[in-house]
Amino acid sequence: MKNFFISRLLQAIPTLFVIATLTFFMTRFAPGGPFDSDKAIPEEIKIKLQSHFGLNLPLFDQYLLYMKNLLAGDLGPSFKYVGWDVSELIQLAFPVSLSLGVSALLIALLIGLPAGMLAALRKNTWWDYLPMGIAMVGICLPSFVLGPILIMVFATKLKLLPALGWYSWTDLILPSLTLGLFYAAYVARLTRAGMLETLKQDYVRTARAKGASPGRVLVKHAMRGGLLPVVTYLGPAFAGLVSGSFIIESIFFIPGLGKFFVTAAFNRDYTVVLGTVLFYATLIIILNLLVDFLQAWLDPKAREQR
Amino acid sequence: MHFIRKKSFHFACGLLAFGFLASCTAPSNVEKALDEQILHFGLGAEPQHLDPHLATSVAAHNILSALLEGLVGEDPKTLKPVPGAAESWKISEDKKTYTFYLRKNAKWHNGDPVTAQDFVYSYRRILTPSLGAQYASMLHVLKNAKSYHSGEKTWKEANVGVQAIDERTLELVLENQTPYFLELLNHYSWFPVHPPTIEKFGASEKMGTPWTKPGNFVGNGPFSLREHRINSVIEVRANPHYWDANLTQLSGIRFYPIETADTEERAFRTGFLHVTQSVSSDRIEYLQNKHPEWIHFEPYLGTYYYRFNVEAPPFDDLRVRKALSLSVNRKLLVEKVLKGGQLPAYCFTPPDTGGFTASDGFGYDPDQAKKLLNAYLKDHGLTKLPPIELNYNTSEGHKKVAEALQAMWKKALGIEIQLLNMEWKVFLSTISKGDYSLARAGWIGDYVDANTFLHLWRSGDGNNLTGWSNKEYDQALTQAERALNPKDRFTHFQKCEELLASEMPILPLYFYVHVSLRHPSVQGWYPTLLDHHPYKYVYLKGEVAK
Repeated sequence: MKNFFISRLLQAIPTLFVIATLTFFMTRFAPGGPFDSDKAIPEEIKIKLQSHFGLNLPLFDQYLLYMKNLLAGDLGPSFKYVGWDVSELIQLAFPVSLSLGVSALLIALLIGLPAGMLAALRKNTWWDYLPMGIAMVGICLPSFVLGPILIMVFATKLKLLPALGWYSWTDLILPSLTLGLFYAAYVARLTRAGMLETLKQDYVRTARAKGASPGRVLVKHAMRGGLLPVVTYLGPAFAGLVSGSFIIESIFFIPGLGKFFVTAAFNRDYTVVLGTVLFYATLIIILNLLVDFLQAWLDPKAREQR
Repeated sequence: MHFIRKKSFHFACGLLAFGFLASCTAPSNVEKALDEQILHFGLGAEPQHLDPHLATSVAAHNILSALLEGLVGEDPKTLKPVPGAAESWKISEDKKTYTFYLRKNAKWHNGDPVTAQDFVYSYRRILTPSLGAQYASMLHVLKNAKSYHSGEKTWKEANVGVQAIDERTLELVLENQTPYFLELLNHYSWFPVHPPTIEKFGASEKMGTPWTKPGNFVGNGPFSLREHRINSVIEVRANPHYWDANLTQLSGIRFYPIETADTEERAFRTGFLHVTQSVSSDRIEYLQNKHPEWIHFEPYLGTYYYRFNVEAPPFDDLRVRKALSLSVNRKLLVEKVLKGGQLPAYCFTPPDTGGFTASDGFGYDPDQAKKLLNAYLKDHGLTKLPPIELNYNTSEGHKKVAEALQAMWKKALGIEIQLLNMEWKVFLSTISKGDYSLARAGWIGDYVDANTFLHLWRSGDGNNLTGWSNKEYDQALTQAERALNPKDRFTHFQKCEELLASEMPILPLYFYVHVSLRHPSVQGWYPTLLDHHPYKYVYLKGEVAK
């Protein structure tokens, strides 16, 4: 187990290196640059700006310099938000995305898991059709439709919740619902499928035959196996949730990571693109590792393979 | 029985949750603002810089005009210069020397007096070549400023026309007579900075130092910087040291960089914002019908136009450019397609820019257009013009205009236009390389004078990009700069406009209108050409509809 952990960590290093290299050159080969603007900038000023940010060096030297700084943990300054370092921006935005992501995930699990289990236990009854039907609608309904609908009902009409912003804890409710309901729908469907699969297994039948109560069969025997597909899904889903969603952040005016992620590409803010991509990649690697551990704990078969 | 109890338990829970939520909803920003006098302002975008000498955007202006004050201020209705940091000024007879007398009680936020030396320091700083200030050329009207800015000469050698006679007297000497000079002083590039603060952070020749962060920023304007959370809020609070603090009624302004127009509208409707930066074009008609008290259409100093690449066929031939221009029904475009109160543009400079209105040079005459095109086709032995690509940057609004023109040209001239939308930076780099034949463009004036528009078409101007150049035009523009009275200047400007209309390197389409939502409680706010609203005159008053 320890060897497995170490080897996985070591694998992450070349992965990150390749991602950094590819992203570096891809952003540089995109047409246009950070200082192109509507109004023409005099050539000599453009040169000043470029040399301020080290863009006057040959591309490969810039790459080496970036990699050197990266090893020292320095992600460089932002081109667009002058005076701010990329790591500063991530430090500001990540806690926002993290709290939004975690609460969305809680909503997804609190709604998705019970609904999925119920559907599996009462297969082919209304207890199955209704939640699964709603889940299907949830998956199909994009957040840019659901978000404004929730705002219209709870903010504009009922005046119960703020429509947007990130200033008090009530601001968390509508965006995490919008974000969480979509994931809840997925979780519900995955739970149902996983539970149905395990409930058919011999060991569950054995447990029932031994006279275990339905609750015990469910919690002690079936759930562990039944939740495997959900756990596999949760790793990348969680990474996606906490790294921010551009659409949700735009609709609810939330200063999260997603906005930097997307607008940096439009602004050709090279360092912010690289910084956010690397941050996201690291997050995914760590979370995937965690998922592997969880799986090993839940599934003895997976444990033996290692 | 068990079932009923369970049900009522759920019901009670739901009720409790709702009651709890309802009890924690505070009154909206707009409702609270009547007591607090805090203006909630939709900023549109996060400004790139809060350093007046490096700033480049409208968003930056909106904040800097609260934090800093130039030599003169603006009248809230006409934007005409009124006393600012200077309580009075004297203009020499040749109109090239301006002497400003600073007021005794003009103070920085930390209590330091605002001195003439501070202004000398500031102008020198923005002109310092190594700072790389994008708007430094705004100060080229000062005598010898150019030779210092280009790095040819040192400050001493250049002898730039800015001098502190004493602590409170500042003398500015100009290269040429500049009738709009006082108006120019309200551009943020002319705002002063606090020398000790700049020096403390080593920012005199370096961009991106933390001097502009809250707690560090020292200004001389009616408000001081309180909070800056990127992509969330910038808050300013009334500054008690400001000389005109008694007039200032707002206790603060909160600026929100909300980029999406739909989000801004939702914010406005829930009482989060007093003023929005824009309105989504699909929503204009609805809001106009349902909420005429919110929506405001105000003329804005900008022109929407298309560029021709005159260096490549078919637009190297004047007849084709003319044919395209003559077959555009601009009236139809603004009334049926844009529907936002824009004005059709038959010249390049918007009407009444600093008193100058050009006569209409670009007309509508599809029959004449057809004739011109046929003559061209005949000369080149063609039966039909090869398809033309029209470049625009990706946006619903630009697409609508492009599609309308595509249809007009197809109908009037039988020309095939291929629409080619591009991501913004790709678009900019394509146009600046001259790798296009027809492309969308827009220009917003920096100050209220025709020069801010007409200088674009001077040979070799960085914004020209059409490949067009005309000696007569350059000459007329230089003569306008040197003209001694407004009448002569306007004659030269008119000459420029006529040359544009006869050579048509561009195709003006419409003059911008600034459409925004504004709450009726906002008072002391008037429509102005530059969308400037001096905050010290703004206050909040009235009933708030629940």
